[in-house]
Amino acid sequence: MAVSVETLDTPRVIHPGYPRVDRIFHGSARTVAIVVLVVFGAIGLFLGLKSIATFHRYGTHFFSQADWNPELNKIGISATLLGTVEVAIVALIVAFPLALATALFISEYAPARIKATLVALVDLMAAVPSVIYGAWGFFLLMPSAKYVSRWLHQNLGFIPIFRVDTDPHAAIWAQSRYTGSMFIAGIVVSMMVLPIACAVMRGVFAQAPPGEREAAFALGATKWGMIRSVVLPFGRGGIIGGTMLGLGRALGETVAVATVLFTAFEVKFRILETGGNTISKLIAERFGDATTVQLAALLAAGFVLFLMTLMVNTLAAILISRSRSGAATEI
Amino acid sequence: MTEPFDTTIVLDDPPVATSSDEAVGARLEAVGISAWFGSNKVLDRVSLDMPPGTVTALIGPSGCGKSTFLRILNRMHESVPSAKLSGEVHLNGQDIYAPDQRVTETRKRIGMVFQKPNPFPTMSIAENVTAGLRLTGMKVSRSERADLIERCLTRGGLWKEVKDRLHEPGGALSGGQQQRLCIARSLAVDPDVLLMDEPCSALDPTSTRRIEETIRDLMLDVTIVIVTHNMQQAARVSQQCAFFLAELGTPGVIVEAGPTKRIFNEPEDPRTADYVNGRFG
Repeated sequence: MAVSVETLDTPRVIHPGYPRVDRIFHGSARTVAIVVLVVFGAIGLFLGLKSIATFHRYGTHFFSQADWNPELNKIGISATLLGTVEVAIVALIVAFPLALATALFISEYAPARIKATLVALVDLMAAVPSVIYGAWGFFLLMPSAKYVSRWLHQNLGFIPIFRVDTDPHAAIWAQSRYTGSMFIAGIVVSMMVLPIACAVMRGVFAQAPPGEREAAFALGATKWGMIRSVVLPFGRGGIIGGTMLGLGRALGETVAVATVLFTAFEVKFRILETGGNTISKLIAERFGDATTVQLAALLAAGFVLFLMTLMVNTLAAILISRSRSGAATEI
Repeated sequence: MTEPFDTTIVLDDPPVATSSDEAVGARLEAVGISAWFGSNKVLDRVSLDMPPGTVTALIGPSGCGKSTFLRILNRMHESVPSAKLSGEVHLNGQDIYAPDQRVTETRKRIGMVFQKPNPFPTMSIAENVTAGLRLTGMKVSRSERADLIERCLTRGGLWKEVKDRLHEPGGALSGGQQQRLCIARSLAVDPDVLLMDEPCSALDPTSTRRIEETIRDLMLDVTIVIVTHNMQQAARVSQQCAFFLAELGTPGVIVEAGPTKRIFNEPEDPRTADYVNGRFG
């Protein structure tokens, strides 16, 4: 029998009463997390504040002017911004299939005994200093890649991005026209994008639920059929997110690009042709001898790069975390 | 209506195929099956005949090798890297482990339903049903496809509940519905045999009853082998029963196999009597 008692039917305050060790850990973890956020926010704020003067001074010309010539008071990032995006896109197009295939091989096909070695090797690629990649690109890749560039020009030259301002069929062809291009810089950067994208993809593939894998096999699926119906749909968020995380890396890559890419301030889409520029390369090369006005302009360019990478990485992080939680991502 | 979980086992006459001639399922016969994981032997020369038109229940305590045995019957065992086996499994007289047998074809003919419902979460209910067709490269026309989806979901006992939302994701269904969707998915490739590995252990009593009804409806067309820890379930759905046991430190063996009624009422081996009466395991 229910006994009715007069009570206040309002939510009561509950004191969790965590033990001291929990409170200490909670407090210190929160402090560190806040410090990281504050430092990060401070960087953005600093760049933003320093940029105001430049944006004020050059206005929209800052984004439309291709040349970076302080002596003539011509300062703009249209060429470098475009170059940054082009190099990053080439890097992604090269890195994406390699990363996907490598991740699938490691997580699905590689025998258990070589799996750990392969993972370590791919991770090691991320640890190689980018100046080494720059040297590799300059001394080893460039002499061979120019033949690829020429071949692309000869066969796909009717597409504007594959055009080069020279005759590809000439007996003595202008080899130097094909060196130091955004295409070659993109290949070099792709080597640095690959391990990041591969690690993320491998992570989500490994989390594809074993129950659904077995379900596919029990229906008579081949291994490839299982991968297509279970692993790839499950890992879609990670595939996209990992690639975008790599894109974040590609946008900011400096030393290797500065080594391989020959400087040119020109808005151009001809990626096979020599010359180009990226924001990070611009900052690295002009920082040392910059005047105050120039320095502020370089910081403004840095601010634009900062915002771009921030957006790309945030989107990537959202996609990856949604994929890890098992929710389907629609993109 | 009988209570699904009586504490005492009252055996009705189990459902029996009117005659084995009418049954169109296939005969599955395990001959001298031994199995190992690495160097650990888990099954020792197990033989069992699973005739068409019957439901065979595999019972026994945990770790006695019944799930391993079930997975050997459709070659899922070999997907575990360290797994080995000896012996033969005959499907209508043909050894499924013979060198000329394709593993994908074997698994298509011998379907499997798992303990945990595992519909493909990124696919709709309808796509889940036809997933096996796509995976095995079977082509169906658009009109046949709709018929097939309806037929399989009906046989799986799910059609009425989902017919208006075939394009919703399969993962949005309840656990019991998901399991019946998995049964429908297995049926779409028209298997001769359906293996069920504790299909109801994660489900509530109502869903369990629905699945048992489904099993009874299917048994005339499809030979069914079911692993269960639930004695009442074994008694309710099976015509024959095999009791597996792995005594301390030894691999699993079949202690006793035969008609379900006999195993439950007049077991020959005292260990079987102890197990079916709930005295161990």
